[in-house]
Formats: sequence, C-alpha cells, structure tokens
Amino acid sequence: MVIQNADRRMQIYGALLLLPAAVLLGTFAYLPTVATLINSFFLPGFRGAPPEFVGLENYAMLVEDVTFWKVARNNLIYALGTIPTSIALALGMALFVNARLPGRGFVRMAYFTPTILPMIAAANIWMFFYAPQIGLFNKLLGALGLSGVNWLGDPGMALTSVIVMTVWKEAGFFMIFYLAALQSIPPELKEASDLEGTSRWSFFWRVTFPLLMPTTLFVLINALINAVRVVDHLFILTKGGPNNATNLLLYYVYENAFSFFDRTYAATITVVILLVLAVVATLKFTVLDRRTHYQ
Amino acid sequence: MNQASTLAAVKRFVIRVPSLETVAAWLLAIVWIFPLLYAIWAAFHPSAYMVRFDLLAPLTLENFADAWAQAPFARYYLNTFLLVTGVVLAQFVVCTLAGFAFARFPIPGRDFLFMLVLIQLFVFPEVLIVENYRIASGLGLVDTITGIGLPYVASAFGIFLLRQTFKTIPRELEEAARVEGLGWMAILLKVYVPLAKPTYLAYGLVSISHHWNNFLWPLVVTNSVESRPLTVGLGIFSAPETGVNWATVSAATLLSIAPLLVAFLLFQRQFVQSFLRAGIR
Repeated sequence: MVIQNADRRMQIYGALLLLPAAVLLGTFAYLPTVATLINSFFLPGFRGAPPEFVGLENYAMLVEDVTFWKVARNNLIYALGTIPTSIALALGMALFVNARLPGRGFVRMAYFTPTILPMIAAANIWMFFYAPQIGLFNKLLGALGLSGVNWLGDPGMALTSVIVMTVWKEAGFFMIFYLAALQSIPPELKEASDLEGTSRWSFFWRVTFPLLMPTTLFVLINALINAVRVVDHLFILTKGGPNNATNLLLYYVYENAFSFFDRTYAATITVVILLVLAVVATLKFTVLDRRTHYQ
Repeated sequence: MNQASTLAAVKRFVIRVPSLETVAAWLLAIVWIFPLLYAIWAAFHPSAYMVRFDLLAPLTLENFADAWAQAPFARYYLNTFLLVTGVVLAQFVVCTLAGFAFARFPIPGRDFLFMLVLIQLFVFPEVLIVENYRIASGLGLVDTITGIGLPYVASAFGIFLLRQTFKTIPRELEEAARVEGLGWMAILLKVYVPLAKPTYLAYGLVSISHHWNNFLWPLVVTNSVESRPLTVGLGIFSAPETGVNWATVSAATLLSIAPLLVAFLLFQRQFVQSFLRAGIR
C-alpha cells in the first residue's frame, strides 16, 4: 500500500513535469494540425458570416488547380535537384577533410561556413551572382564572349538557379555527419584491405559506402524535410516567379494565406505538405530506426 | 639503379595521388567560401568596384554607414538578441522538465506520449503558419518577440536530446542523493543538469544559430520594427523593389551575420561538434 502510494506520487510528479511541454505542444503543434485538417473542409465566411462546410470541395479545387500541380512538380524537381547533389558533395567533402590534407582546418571551415548563414543572407549574396546586368556570372560569361543568361528571370533557368544556391547552403551541413561516420570506421579495415591490395575505389564502394548507409539515410530524411520546409530564399531570389516557375508548396501556402487571404485553401495545401511529412516520418521510424541504436 | 628509379616512380605516384585530391579539395573549398569573400569585398569597397576587381581599390566603411542609416539595425540586433536568449532559456527549462519526466518517471502511456512528442520533429511551426498565426493572434502575441519564440519552446528535439542524456546517467547517483534527503527538484538540479552540461552546450549552440537565422515564421508574425529580428529586417531591406544599391545590401548582410559568423570563427570546433552531437538521434 505504501509502495503503491509512492508510485502514484511519482506518476503525478512526472505528469506535472510534462505539463508545460504538453500545453505548448498542444497549442502550437497538435491543435493547429487538427484545425488545419478541419479548415480544409470549409470555405471562409464572408462579411462576418460563419465558415461554410463544403466537404471535399477545396480538394476538388486543388485537383483542378493548374498552379498547384506546377508548384508540386517544382517541389519534386527541387527535391530531386538538391538532395542527391548535396548528399554526394557532402560525402566528397567529408572524404576530403577526413584524409591528410594541407590546410585541412581551412578547407573544413570553408565547406561548413554556409551552414551558419541565414538562408536570407545567403540569398542576398547569390543575388549578386545571378543579377542579369551587373551580376558576376554574366560578367564572367561576357568575358568569355558568351551572352548572359537571365538566371532568375528565365522560367527555364530560375528553378535550377535556386537549386544551385540551396546545394551550396546545405552540402557542408551534411558533410559533418559523414565526417563523424568516417571517423568511426575502424582503421583496421583499411589496413586489411591495403594488405590484400584492394584498390581505393573498390574499398570505398565495398566497405566505406555500405558502412555509411545509416548516415546516408539520416541525411536523406533531413534533406527531404528541408525540401518542403525551407523557402526563405524564395522571398529574396524570385518570390516564386517568374510565372510560378520557382514556387514551392510552403511558399504557395504562404501566398494563399497572407497575399490572397484564402485561409481554407491554404489549409488544404498544408494538408498535402503534412501528408508528405507523414511519409518521411514513417520512413524514418521504420527504415532508419531499425538500423540505429534508438529507443 | 633500376630498382631505385622504380622506387622513385612509386614515391612520385604516392605523392601525386593525394596532391590531386588536395587540389580538388582546395578548389571546392575556394568555390564554397567565395560567395562570402565576395560579399565582404563588395561591402568594403565603393559600389563602382562591385564587379571590377582591383586590389588597389579604395577601402571604405561608407556602405556600412549607409546601411545603418537606412534601417534600424540596432533595434533588430536587440530584438534578435532578446529572441534568441529568451527562446534558449525557455527551451532549457521546458525540455529539461519533460526530458527528466520521460527518462525517469513511470508515467502511464509514456512511450505513446513520447512518440506523440516526436511527431513535432516533422510538423514544425512554419509548416503550420496559417493556424499558428491565428493562435498567436488569439493569444495577443502577434507582433511580439514572445510570439516569435513561443511555438519553438517545447522542442521535441530538445526533449529527445535531454531524455537520452538523462537516461545514460547512472541511477546510483540519484539514489545516493535521495539517501541524503534531496527531493526530485534538487536531484534534477544537483545531479542530472550538471552532468548534462555538454548536451546543453550543444543544444544551445544549435538552437541559437537556428533562431538567429529563422525567417518565415518571424516574418509572418511580426509587422513592426519593435519586434522584427535581423533576418526579417534584412529581408525587407534588400527586397529588390526597395532599390537599395548592392554594396549597401552586402554591408547590411554582413551586419546581420557578423556576430554569428565571428562566434563561429572563434568557436568553430564547438559549433561543428554541437551540430554533430545534436544531429545524431
């Protein structure tokens, strides 16, 4: 009886410790998620009228919305353009700075520095490079006798330009995780393979790369999340233009909610983002966690 | 003779292979650091030299003076500073309590609750901007620094990190403290928190850099100089339609990133390690 009371007290104490976090998570994570879902079935009420329940009408509108499909396609291209490139570069960078290298400290710092900058600041800097008249890239092309490109203004080029900047910003961050993983690989493996005369190339593909698989998955999850979450650079570089060529899902939500004041349609697009994130979360909790010591 | 020349060839080979890698590594490093160096160049030279590289170009601080005069950067600094310290301290308190509860208390349904917390690793405040804005405005938090920070205080990530750390601390220490008659709060503060110092440092650095750099949510929830952090101020300052010249924009950009960049250069190792420690989950 005494023990039971002590147990009960511990339970209550523990619940009280959780309370602040629970209230805040409820207010800014669960409540808004549920509200978003509910709102996606409504139309906003005009002139003080209550919101009108319309069932799946917003979703029907979404399916018909040419811009939405363009934005979704852009986001897919953006993910496919940024993720493999930045992961490959990150791995390359990690291999470079893991080896003996003159000036290794500087090289590592150079790779990692963009990570520390705000995306807004990075976009500001890259604006100089992309500007059509005075931008550095076009000046360089001009010096080679080539005509300039309208990097951010040409609908066929703009998304690529945004992708290039994102890769520059992200690769160094992912490098850190690869570097840590490389340093945890026992040096005996390398020694053994040297004795057997395995080439560096096949050592990498048969030993290093498979051992880095959990890191690659971890980095992949982060990169996927970033591909839907981070749109800061669009505010400086393109505002989603030209003609929505660089518009991404979250930016489209922002536009609908705060420029077109269509909150319920914004909620509908948010539900799509939440579904994408749910897939990523499932991927993490099923595939990744079986491979890592996570409890 | 023959053998010696073979040896020399082997040596040359051995030296040459890494040097090729070295060249590649350095080239990539220069490409990566170049944008930042370019911004520094542009900020310290008259705008006429923006695309004309001339080592003898006169240095100037005028761009910084212009930027400082054209936007209330002092206010933005103060706001960012208040935001970052406020968020980090609040996160420490809330996440410590929750992490401790998850690590040591037999709460019914604990694993389920913990999974519920982890969902926030994927559903961030910025994804829910529309509803979070409504909630913030319902609470009267629009256009306040509290409004920028509050959605991030109960960070699943912080709770997770601290729970992991607390779990690794041997129970014997706790029991010894209990024998001495300490209560739960005293045990938390005297045993668990001091032993988790490296985790706090790592989480703090990652959190500082995240909130210093955050943009979308602060943009949505603020609408006046009194609450805008540096990133939002900079974003408004350098919007192309404002027609500010590039040298001034570079200076403003450097002003906004300087404190964090200097801190990074000074504490590089800690930064890199904390990103790493915080990243491995």
